[in-house]
This record gives sequence, C-alpha cells and structure tokens, in this order.
Amino acid sequence: MPRSRRGIFLPGEDNMNQEVRQVLDSEGIHRAIIRIAHEILERNQGTKNLVIIGVRTRGVFLAERIQKQIRAIEDVEIPLGILDITLYRDDLSEIGPRPAIRETDIPEDIADKVVILVDDVLYTGRTVRAALDAVVDFGRPKAIQLAVLIDRGHRELPIKADYVGKNIPTSKDEEVVLRLVENDDADEVVVKERRDS
Amino acid sequence: MTQIQWTRKDLLGLRDLSREEIELVLETAKSFRDISLRPVKKVPVLRGKTVANLFFEPSTRTRVSFELAEKRLSADTIHVASSMSSIVKGETLKDTARNIEALKVDVVVMRHGSSGAPHRLAHHLKASVINAGDGINEHPTQALLDMFTILEKKGKIEGLNVTFVGDILHSRVARSNIWGLTKLGANVTVCAPKTLLPARVGELGVRVTTDLCQAVKDADVINLLRIQLERQQESFFPSIREYATAYQINREILRDAKPDVLIMHPGPVNRGIEITSEIVESPASVILDQVTYGLAARMAVLFLVSGAAKKEKEAK
Repeated sequence: MPRSRRGIFLPGEDNMNQEVRQVLDSEGIHRAIIRIAHEILERNQGTKNLVIIGVRTRGVFLAERIQKQIRAIEDVEIPLGILDITLYRDDLSEIGPRPAIRETDIPEDIADKVVILVDDVLYTGRTVRAALDAVVDFGRPKAIQLAVLIDRGHRELPIKADYVGKNIPTSKDEEVVLRLVENDDADEVVVKERRDS
Repeated sequence: MTQIQWTRKDLLGLRDLSREEIELVLETAKSFRDISLRPVKKVPVLRGKTVANLFFEPSTRTRVSFELAEKRLSADTIHVASSMSSIVKGETLKDTARNIEALKVDVVVMRHGSSGAPHRLAHHLKASVINAGDGINEHPTQALLDMFTILEKKGKIEGLNVTFVGDILHSRVARSNIWGLTKLGANVTVCAPKTLLPARVGELGVRVTTDLCQAVKDADVINLLRIQLERQQESFFPSIREYATAYQINREILRDAKPDVLIMHPGPVNRGIEITSEIVESPASVILDQVTYGLAARMAVLFLVSGAAKKEKEAK
C-alpha cells in the first residue's frame, strides 16, 4: 500500500470499516490559503524580496494557490520555486530501492531573499529539515519562513511553522489525508485510522 | 513517468538492461543535471559511502567524470591506477576483490582491459560494481550519457537515425550504444571500413555500410568513434591519411546531412583524422555537452546502484 513517510495515505484505497472524519473541506482549505496569504503579506510588509517554494508534490500546489492569492491581493506575482527533497532525506540509506527523484526548479537567486517554504502536512519535521538543507544549497536567504496547511503534531525535530492553515491534534495511529484537485479527485483533508495490516 | 524500481546491484552493461531500466536511468539523470549549476554543487545522498575507482587501463575523462560525480554526491573516494597498484605485482582479480571487501567499500567503479572483468569482480563482491569500460565489450555509462545528450538535445530517442562512424570493431562505446539505442527504438547505422567492422554486427539489429555518404545522409545524430592509434599496429587500414580521406567528418560530407544533425564524440578527439577542427567547433557539435551530461548520467547510476545494494544485503 503506498504510504509516504509523513503519514499521508495516497488516495485510492477503500475506506470500508474505517473511521474517517473530514477536518477541512474545499471551502475550509480555500479560506486557510487566503488567511495564510494575508499573514505572509502582513508579516513581511508586502511582497518585496519574497520567494515562495513548494515542497513536492502537494506543497507545490499549495504554493501556487498562495501565490495566486497574493497576486489577487497585491497585484504582484512573487517568484515560485519547486523543491524535490528526496536527495536530502535522512532515511535514504534505510529504505530499499531508490525512490523516484524529480526535478527541482528554483527560478532565481534566493540570496538575501525571504523564502516562504510551503509544505502540506507538518508531522515529524524531517521533511522540513531536508527542505531547509536543500534551500540553503541554492544560496543564503535572508530568512526562511514555513507555511503548512496542516500541523498534526508529533515533532521529532525542533521545527515550528510560521503559518498554519489548521492545527489538527492526532494520534500516531491516525493518518492525515490531504487531497487537492490538482492531483486528486477533490479538495479535502480527512483523518483516519492507520491500518498497518 | 517511469514507474519501475531499480533493483540491480551492479551496472555491467546495457545488454542486460530492459528498456524501462534505461529510461529510469535517463529520467534520474535529468534530476541530477542541474545540481552542477547550483552555488553548492553537492547533494548529501552518498554521505558516508565509499567509492573505489579501480582503473586498470589509462583513462582521464571517464575517471575525472566519475570522481566528480562521486564528490557531488558527497561520497568518499579512493583511486587505484594499475601502474601504482599491486596488480603489477601479480595480484589476482579475486584477491583485489577480497581486499576491497575488507576495506568496506560500497561501490567499485572499474575499468579493465579484459572484457568481462567487472562481471567477475561483481560476482565476488557484495559491493556494487559499475563498469567503466571493459576491453572491447561495453562502456555502459558512456552510452547512457550519449543517450542522455540526444534526449536533451532532440527531446526523444525513438525513431531517430543514429550513425556510428569509426572503429566499431574495438569500440565498447559503440557496443553499449547499440544495445541501448536499439532498445529505445532508434535506427542505428554503423559505418566503417570492412576491417573495422565486427563480424556479424548486422545481427545486432543495425544497418551496416562502408559508404560514409550513405551513413550521413539521413542521420539525426552522428557519433564518431576515435581511431585508436594505439591499436593500429595491426594495420586495419593502409594509412591514417587514407582513412581520413574516406571516413572523415568534414564540411564537404555534411553538405548532404540534415541541417540539425548532432555531432557527437566520446573523446579524446583526433582533430584532422576522424573529424576536422572546423566541425568540432561548429554549432552542430555537442561534444562538450556530452562531458557535462556525463556527470549527471554517472551521478544517476551511482545513486541507483548504491540503493539497490542495500536492499540485496537485507534480503540475505
């Protein structure tokens, strides 16, 4: 069964005999994105020197949505980058055959810029750790701020998000599933029991 | 996108690989391509791994390319050249392998003058073995980088006409390319004087010709093979000058070629023999791109085989 390290089930498996609760619907995701866009602008006093970088896969879609909201608010298009963190994972030597790596595309010089790093679900913090290492290899940004749609707790590293769409207390036996229309069939966030069978 | 997983501990030749596996390497190479353009030209994937480069035959570009690829993946590297090693003192390949094992090396990159030597080493080692050229058999990473260059420049490989000109007989580069390109659906032509064509080369699924004009006419890619001057004591043709008269790639011969033909050469180039200086410097020439893309292709191979070795160990 496909499952990412961050405890997100990929859609497609059956939900029979399983407790599933929706924690964000399409509207809720949309509102969270709007709020995060406003918070980013407020905290950085505008769009000057901002670069937004999404972590593959769903972080990229969220980054695009935030970029679009900022354009709607300020009429400014901030540069968008795409980050594949596979090469920086700390578990590469533990997992079996190599996972597919996809292209990283950081459009411009990030030195002295404020990088808004966007990921979907913040869980152990290991993805963000890898992303931070990857970003600084492209230059020395003035600052890196972290935006996530969901913070589900259970950090294994000292990492904290600057912008959070929704805090969802979970147990480690649960999975947080994020679906976005860019990749999946709907926009929603659900929590369900993990089935390790 | 390729969905298969890489499960081979070693990369010994393209003859053994499936089309999907070759495509996976090329896909992976694409992700490694831009690392060399970053301010920090390094990623930590092979941190803490050791790569031994064993070169039993002289090599500059392949060795340098591998060394740089290893360093850009953060591996620790050691180099053994035959002139400085115990090989000259008579150590057997098996003993060399045992010593490598004892040093806990993770990947061995090997060039050897005898065809099949890396296969033998791979059989004795738990570490991954990458063939960096064995005798006249295969030079898989060169073929992978050639294919990656074609893919980057032409956007596809399937259906392209790829011509090899030169010493096909002694060329492991040609052999690996023929295995790889035919699997990916290219139409391969080999062109050389009869004495430099291997017996029954046509059985590999390639068009064979001794007429350069014909070989060049429809080609999308012309890949030149170096005339190996060091192997010419046996006289495969009357003189270098005669060879150049009939088989040199120059402005004259390219007049009938496609306007967007790519000229490739694995190097080192003998200017004025298999190709004129003018063509080496022309926009059609992607010889230096091959060098650049070679890094990405070798990084991809190092990355893939080192992951598979781990799994094999676990299975045991």
